[in-house]
Amino acid sequence: MAINQSTAPAETGLRGPRGEPVTLDVNGATYAIELEPRVSLLDALRDHLDMTGTKKGCDQGTCGACTVWMDGRRVLSCLTLAYSCEGHQIATIEGIAQDGELHPMQQAFIDHDAFQCGYCTPGQIMSAIALLREGNATTDADIAEHMSGNICRCQAYPNIHAAIREVRDADDGG
Amino acid sequence: MEFLQPADWAEALAVKAAHPDALPIAGGTDVMVDLNFDRARPGALLDLTRVTDLTDWGTDGDWLRVGAGVTYRRLIDELAGRVPGLALASRTVGSPQIRNRGTVGGNLGSASPAGDAHPALLAAGALVELASVRGTRRVPVTEYFTGPKRSVRTPDELIAAFLVPARPGAEQFAKVGTRNAMVIAVCSFALSLDAATRTVGTGIGSAGPTPLRATEAEAFLAAELPWETRGAVPESVAARFGELVGSAARPIDDVRGSADYRRHALAVLARRALAWAWTDPGGAV
Ligand SMILES: Cc1cc2nc3c(=O)[nH]c(=O)nc-3n(C[C@H](O)[C@H](O)[C@H](O)COP(=O)(O)OP(=O)(O)OC[C@H]3O[C@@H](n4cnc5c(N)ncnc54)[C@H](O)[C@@H]3O)c2cc1C
Ligand code: FES
Ligand code: FES
Repeated sequence: MAINQSTAPAETGLRGPRGEPVTLDVNGATYAIELEPRVSLLDALRDHLDMTGTKKGCDQGTCGACTVWMDGRRVLSCLTLAYSCEGHQIATIEGIAQDGELHPMQQAFIDHDAFQCGYCTPGQIMSAIALLREGNATTDADIAEHMSGNICRCQAYPNIHAAIREVRDADDGG
Repeated sequence: MEFLQPADWAEALAVKAAHPDALPIAGGTDVMVDLNFDRARPGALLDLTRVTDLTDWGTDGDWLRVGAGVTYRRLIDELAGRVPGLALASRTVGSPQIRNRGTVGGNLGSASPAGDAHPALLAAGALVELASVRGTRRVPVTEYFTGPKRSVRTPDELIAAFLVPARPGAEQFAKVGTRNAMVIAVCSFALSLDAATRTVGTGIGSAGPTPLRATEAEAFLAAELPWETRGAVPESVAARFGELVGSAARPIDDVRGSADYRRHALAVLARRALAWAWTDPGGAV
């Protein structure tokens, strides 16, 4: 598949892959990469930017391992077209520790043993921080409901929920 | 594969006219699954996410007009009071991540009999606004679906918006799935009770080749409800209403449930939705 086949009339002023690379803003840095139009943000991150912290569990929206933030909101990178991300700010698990300090949610996951194999963990953490920002974590039922898009095959749910509660109840709120 | 990314609505319509085979993509939560698994190989993708006209909503006379690109999350956050049934349905879609991207326009575009927006739109008496360079038409949602994953939309048309009455009735939505989120509905039911016009609207999901209305059940309930006294709904009326909703379904047996189970479940959902809607203090009834 070539990336430069746009036959759209020039006068429509279409933005398209006329050979120019796609510009992605990830964790505050700008990257220009050549991609085919059908490439997902997940594949762009993992295969083209070597950011493999974001995981591919299912590639069909059901596991949540690929959760990242787009303009601060949690989305599934496997179901997001990389081309559609131009002009938006993407944040991944690689970008949430600040100045060598783990994010409080990362620390809480460690303290509460909130993972076994760790495969779901980046997605769980990105989802959990966003959940607290959304303000839907008042009760345990809220947490379970609003984390339902993140599956853990190792069944670490009680520990994951404990980590989320701790950050929720901490003074700085994460 | 070409990638077409119009900057505004006029350009989007021009591009769709020039490339009728281009596959529109909004939230991508249906389209990307097909692309990732090579189930679809469109000649071109038409990215609608730059078209800000699609993400607006506002009143249009007696109607509320909601752009096709408004996400489920925004329906829940911004419009729960104006589209109560649809907001309830939106809460059951996928997961928070899916709701942050998925749109009602995409649900209508896929036209799956299991789409959760559809029963709520049917019950509310919604219109679907379709547009092309040839012009704009508003199709009652009752006439929109023509078969499984098929609709009256022509290849050069895009879905611009949906419209619902600006003053909603008391609306409810109920769904049976194997678990709370991330399930395709086994069956679903939406109800709207409009005290001002003394009319009843219904919508059934996942129980036929298209989303369906239970027209006989609507007429029966509109005639039997104690609109004047606002008294309790007689149990016999609720039971008959449930039966009529169940018999309006045209379900098939599949891995998610047998046809008989679906009819039974629909009758239960219908009675429950009626009880909720009739006593709903927030509704317009
Ligand atoms: C894990 C998972 C869970 C899900 N759970 C549910 C659920 O519980 N209930 C439910 O109803 N759905 C569910 N879905 C399906 C999907 O999220 C919905 O159908 C959603 O509404 C699609 O919207 P979208 O914007 O992402 O559509 P897209 O994937 O962008 O598009 C869907 C279709 O509509 C067309 N289209 C989009 N916008 C337009 C337009 N403006 N004009 C013309 N055509 C257009 C596209 O060409 C495509 O054919 C789920 C999907 C996944 C992956
Ligand atoms: S890889 Fe995206 S949800 Fe599973
Ligand atoms: S820790 Fe193994 S899948 Fe969650």
